[in-house]
Amino acid sequence: MTAPLLRVEALTKRFGGLVAVKDIGFAINGGEILGLIGPNGSGKSTVMKCIMGIERPNEGSVTLDGVEVAGWPTHRIARAGIGIVFQHSRPLHRQTVLEHIKLALLPDSLLKLAADQGVEQRARWVAARVGLEHVMDRLPGTLPFADLRRLELAKAVARNPKVVLVDEPFAGLTAGEVAAFSELIATFRAEGKAVLLVDHNVKGVAALVDRVLAMYLGEKVAEGTADEVMHDETVRAVYLGGKIEPAQRPPRAAGSRDRLLDVRGVSVLYGKAQALDDVSLHVGAGEFVSVVGLNGAGKTTLFNAISGLVPYTGAITWNGTPLQHRSVARIARGGIVQCPESRELFGDMTVRENLDLGGHHLGREARAKQIDWLFGLFPILQERQTQAARTLSGGEQQMLAIARALMMQPKLLVLDEPTLGLAPVILEQLSKALETLRQSTDITVVLGEQNVTFALPHADRVYVVEHGRIAWEGSPARFAEEAGTGYL
Amino acid sequence: MKSRVARLALVALAILAILPFGVSGYVLGLLTLAFYYGVCAMAWDLLFGFAGEVNFGPSFLMGLGAYAAALLNHYAGWPIPACLVAGAVAAVAGGAVLAVPALKLHGPYFGLVTLVAVLLLQNFIVLFAGITGGEIGLDLPDVLSVSDRINYWYALGFMAVSGAILFGLSRSMVGLILQACGQDATEAAALGFNVAKHKLAAFCVSALFSGLAGAMLIFYMGTASVGTTVDIGVGVQIIIAAVLGGRRTILGAAIGSIFLIVAGEILRPLGQLSSFVVSGIALVVILFFQGGFLGAALAAEARK
Repeated sequence: MTAPLLRVEALTKRFGGLVAVKDIGFAINGGEILGLIGPNGSGKSTVMKCIMGIERPNEGSVTLDGVEVAGWPTHRIARAGIGIVFQHSRPLHRQTVLEHIKLALLPDSLLKLAADQGVEQRARWVAARVGLEHVMDRLPGTLPFADLRRLELAKAVARNPKVVLVDEPFAGLTAGEVAAFSELIATFRAEGKAVLLVDHNVKGVAALVDRVLAMYLGEKVAEGTADEVMHDETVRAVYLGGKIEPAQRPPRAAGSRDRLLDVRGVSVLYGKAQALDDVSLHVGAGEFVSVVGLNGAGKTTLFNAISGLVPYTGAITWNGTPLQHRSVARIARGGIVQCPESRELFGDMTVRENLDLGGHHLGREARAKQIDWLFGLFPILQERQTQAARTLSGGEQQMLAIARALMMQPKLLVLDEPTLGLAPVILEQLSKALETLRQSTDITVVLGEQNVTFALPHADRVYVVEHGRIAWEGSPARFAEEAGTGYL
Repeated sequence: MKSRVARLALVALAILAILPFGVSGYVLGLLTLAFYYGVCAMAWDLLFGFAGEVNFGPSFLMGLGAYAAALLNHYAGWPIPACLVAGAVAAVAGGAVLAVPALKLHGPYFGLVTLVAVLLLQNFIVLFAGITGGEIGLDLPDVLSVSDRINYWYALGFMAVSGAILFGLSRSMVGLILQACGQDATEAAALGFNVAKHKLAAFCVSALFSGLAGAMLIFYMGTASVGTTVDIGVGVQIIIAAVLGGRRTILGAAIGSIFLIVAGEILRPLGQLSSFVVSGIALVVILFFQGGFLGAALAAEARK
């Protein structure tokens, strides 16, 4: 057996106190495709960045064909033979497709003013190979989304690396395009390159990969064939949770009949990628609605549309008044408060200051009362009052983010992936706090989650979002039998 | 399109070259200034438009070149050509000393460092007025020429050659790499390009032409003074000229520089108001037509 082309050993990456990647190791042989999967925040992208040198690993080794490259600058690693296909491309606006490919073929020289003989020819060959031969002379701004992705692929092909890293190869592509891209990636394998595919779930890459490594919270949880990993207990627990038990709760008063929020036929385009496609949903007053879907399904986009952060087509009405064209600030003042997945805390301010800021519109007394109530909900925040928000653990930060949102006394609280990157024990605390919130107030909540276990127990109703569309709607009790399968 | 730009540039140059036979010495003097500042503006666009770095201190580089040349001419009596070379070298060396640490910074800090550098140089010159002439300026024993026409042609030739080199560089493969580094440093690095190296090289090239322009300028004026080469206001003029003319076009920067000086002159009857009006025009262009003059022209061309 030959030595593996890429070997990663005991890789660890810390961001401040957060361990994003912990003791990850794997090897990829030439002519092999490894799928690196894990939910959002699992550290898979950080692993990829550490290999490419975009992030410096704190510990561990990355060897390319026997040469240690960990800690090298990105451009040296690239020259050594690792290529990366980015998910998001930022092409140059005034350069044609062909010029972009030529760029990838150039040496790192300050003195070569003109391209060598053969660069032009080779660029044309690369363009033809990835299916860009008909648009070679066009500017990127005029290309459809799939062709922009092809262009990213073309740059990797042009550099002819020994190891190819591909970040979410199929994000935003239609079924037909996925087939074409799969073929192109399979060509890498046929040429004897080592390929690492990074994606959210096994299903997306199962047909293409030889092996899969699953990560969760920075650690390896399973490794094997796609089938083995899909049936792995831990993986199933990570994605689906254990048993799904809807919580018992008092039936809602007649008020729940009122539609507080009504979303009708909303579509959002990001440049050329369709992020939301004709989405309709409604939320009654006092209801707890969970929107579940994998990362990239469109949850955050939906919430951003509701908060007025992205332009959309269709109609969103709040208490019967349309929100289209209203400013973000006005929507927030109207009572819709979003708690984004990125938390957006003021890191250098203390916990107390963050909370005071959230309640700046309240009078002194009302603010103190609200803070007291929140400290009851999240006791840990009371202990941490004078600490800078930056120094809190991930779970505490999430609680602070929710508490700050509640300081604004919202009528509708939109929680976007509160579980992102949190350990199970924290999830339990968070879950309890949400349940208390639900039982003790008549607040309306929309919760976006990829963690089904977390999303279901509190929910009155559940929507499943897939590829920017609503794929399923129903009660949590029916979720397990109707929508639970096919979620891996 | 490339040849079209070249042809238009040649026609414009030809017209400018025969201008001395038709206009007064006063107008020639104005244009001479515009050409020198135009070179600085073009050099600045290489950094801003291609390397993606905002240098708030183009007058730092210009001033280094100017004062290095002036001091050597005044005290050591070096001939003009040697002073010009020394000025360019000083600008590149000083620029590199500044850029090596500054380019490591992220976000707006590079720009702030360059801004502080201008203030430092300006204070230094005023502080050591006994040597540098301070705010009054330093008289030079030599001048390029006493003839308006000859001076004009020197400046025009210098601008034409500098413009051709900078434009050619921007359209070369090195320019392409530089643009990629400016747009997305991570991706450029992943394609195997040493981003820091390319940006530093661009800064040095920019410094070379700025320093040379500063040195040429003082030998045209006969004195080196803070107000014409180092002052923050000079830097702002250069930046406005480049942005007005059109980011990422190089040649647009020269057009912007000529526009600024000519417009200021045409509006002179307005008195103090003239610079207000010119600044207003610049503001409108920056707010609503970010492509600038040449950018707008190129876009119109592309639509045809």
